[in-house]
Amino acid sequence: MTVLKAQGLGKKYGRKQALTGCTLEIEAGHVTGLVGPNGAGKSTLLNIAAGMLEPTAGTIEVCGGRPGSGPEQLAKVGYVAQNTPVYSGLSIEEHLRLGAHLNPGWDASLAEKRIERLGLDPKQHAGKLSGGQRAQLALTIGIAKRPELLLLDEPVAALDPLARREFLQDLMEAVAEHGLSVVMSSHLVNDLERVCDHLVVLVASQVRVIGEVETLLATHHRLSGPRRDVETLPADQHVVSAKHTDRQTTVLVRTEAPILDPVWTVAQLGLEDLVLEYMSNPTAARPALEVLR
Amino acid sequence: MTWLTWRQFRIPALSVFAGLIAIAVVLAITGPGLIGRTNFSDQDTLFTGTILVLYLLPAVIGVFWGVPMITRELESGTHSLVWNQTVTRKQWLTTKLGFGLLAAMVAAGLLGWAVSWWASPIDALAATQTDRGMLSRIMPVVFGARGIVPIGYAAFALALGVAVGMLLKRTVAAMAVTLATLAAVLILVPAFVRPYLLPPQTETVAIVGKDITNITGNDDQGITEIGMRQPAGAWVLANETVDSAGNVAAPLPDFVQTCAPRPGAGPPEHGSMEACMAQLGAHGYQQRLTFQPGSRFWPLQWLELALYLAMTALLTWFCFRRLRHLS
Repeated sequence: MTVLKAQGLGKKYGRKQALTGCTLEIEAGHVTGLVGPNGAGKSTLLNIAAGMLEPTAGTIEVCGGRPGSGPEQLAKVGYVAQNTPVYSGLSIEEHLRLGAHLNPGWDASLAEKRIERLGLDPKQHAGKLSGGQRAQLALTIGIAKRPELLLLDEPVAALDPLARREFLQDLMEAVAEHGLSVVMSSHLVNDLERVCDHLVVLVASQVRVIGEVETLLATHHRLSGPRRDVETLPADQHVVSAKHTDRQTTVLVRTEAPILDPVWTVAQLGLEDLVLEYMSNPTAARPALEVLR
Repeated sequence: MTWLTWRQFRIPALSVFAGLIAIAVVLAITGPGLIGRTNFSDQDTLFTGTILVLYLLPAVIGVFWGVPMITRELESGTHSLVWNQTVTRKQWLTTKLGFGLLAAMVAAGLLGWAVSWWASPIDALAATQTDRGMLSRIMPVVFGARGIVPIGYAAFALALGVAVGMLLKRTVAAMAVTLATLAAVLILVPAFVRPYLLPPQTETVAIVGKDITNITGNDDQGITEIGMRQPAGAWVLANETVDSAGNVAAPLPDFVQTCAPRPGAGPPEHGSMEACMAQLGAHGYQQRLTFQPGSRFWPLQWLELALYLAMTALLTWFCFRRLRHLS
């Protein structure tokens, strides 16, 4: 089942194009990381998916409906915006009450248990919470609503490393417990690697690569050897990037087949290096991009 | 949504209602003492104060209820929290606006009623006056602080605050624009709209010395105009001298200029100037009065209330249109 399907999605602010021709499909039951440089359109995409923004071009379908189209649609999608906003004048308890009043599917015991487990005082005003606690409160509201899909826009950007790890750990537990699909954006690949099983790299609002993290890691190889033209590589090796010095050539290829050519020294890449290679090479050195499943 | 709206709105709402209760107490203590009196010169401060309060109320409602209702959510980003619960934006705005409009109209209705009651002995006396001494309740400024129009002002102010807030998305800027716009409307309507809500009446009267209530002039032009006694409790829009052909006599003819006291001659004898000015009548001049009679107080109140409620409806429509484009 597909939870998010975008086709030629675009958003224009006046003359500024925030998102152009974005096409992607995200399957249900996964935690999908959305990475890309600043301005790639990650937030715009998530905002459109949540129904906060109306696209100016293309179509999008989230959990089988048009984002923000009505109460049924809103009930299916949870969204935690960037900077995890909460009402500073309301206490934690009142936030849970807000959730209960505004959501027919509200899981009160889940929300209360989470707050208790996090060691937060329900009487405390949200304005006095630390960034990490605030993010936890926003996440609690998002989860206790019991959505099918939870969208998180850079939820950990403002947190220190420890709070970040706790938040993600906690997110993972919630996902495992309630089986919801998650799409979260971040520019911190290390964080995503810890929690995501799928990854989407968005560069200049185009999907550069999308696939399962394990598959991505297993099918990408860094080859180095004597200088040669990338056109001479086997047809099943998709070249992501290529660098040449006078004597040497280093290429990043993606292939499902083993590398047999003995002149190459083959190295595996970490996820962060892999993503950086994609981000710094907006167009493939040798085109051919297909979706990896 | 009702619970959240009340939770967010209760402090501004209760502050205003607490202020209203304090005012009501003052009016309840001083009000009964006014009944049956014929001289209210000691009540000037309170009389002016009550009018001021009724004009301040819509300003407070627009600036402190209307504007922050939206801008505070947009500025703190909490709109993205509340819009992603199982509540559509329309429901969200309907509840907020509905709550605000209701509270604003109740507050203004109560204060308007209390002040109208308190000032009723003063208004009754003013309604019998035919000179320019007292302000009758149909005259500008007092009119807006009596009866039911304050309800319209309050509803309009709230919708204006919300609409400007949605447009500017910044609390302080929206507060300033709301205040300026509201002030402009409250000044422009009495000046250019209210006099014509019903076609004014005219009456042409003979210029008789005893009915001249004022003679106005200056050193350069001499006597420029005179005023005649007016219908009791009316709102006079024009009080002008016309010649036998019906044209407005401005400036007044030369033969009355000698009526003015000579410089250094001291104050003229009582009634002598008026008698001198009455020559105008002998020369075929008459005085034309254009006015809204005091009996039109309630028809004008209803019409103006309808006008403000129509403007409120227009602003509300704009808010719902604008809502789709907010993010």
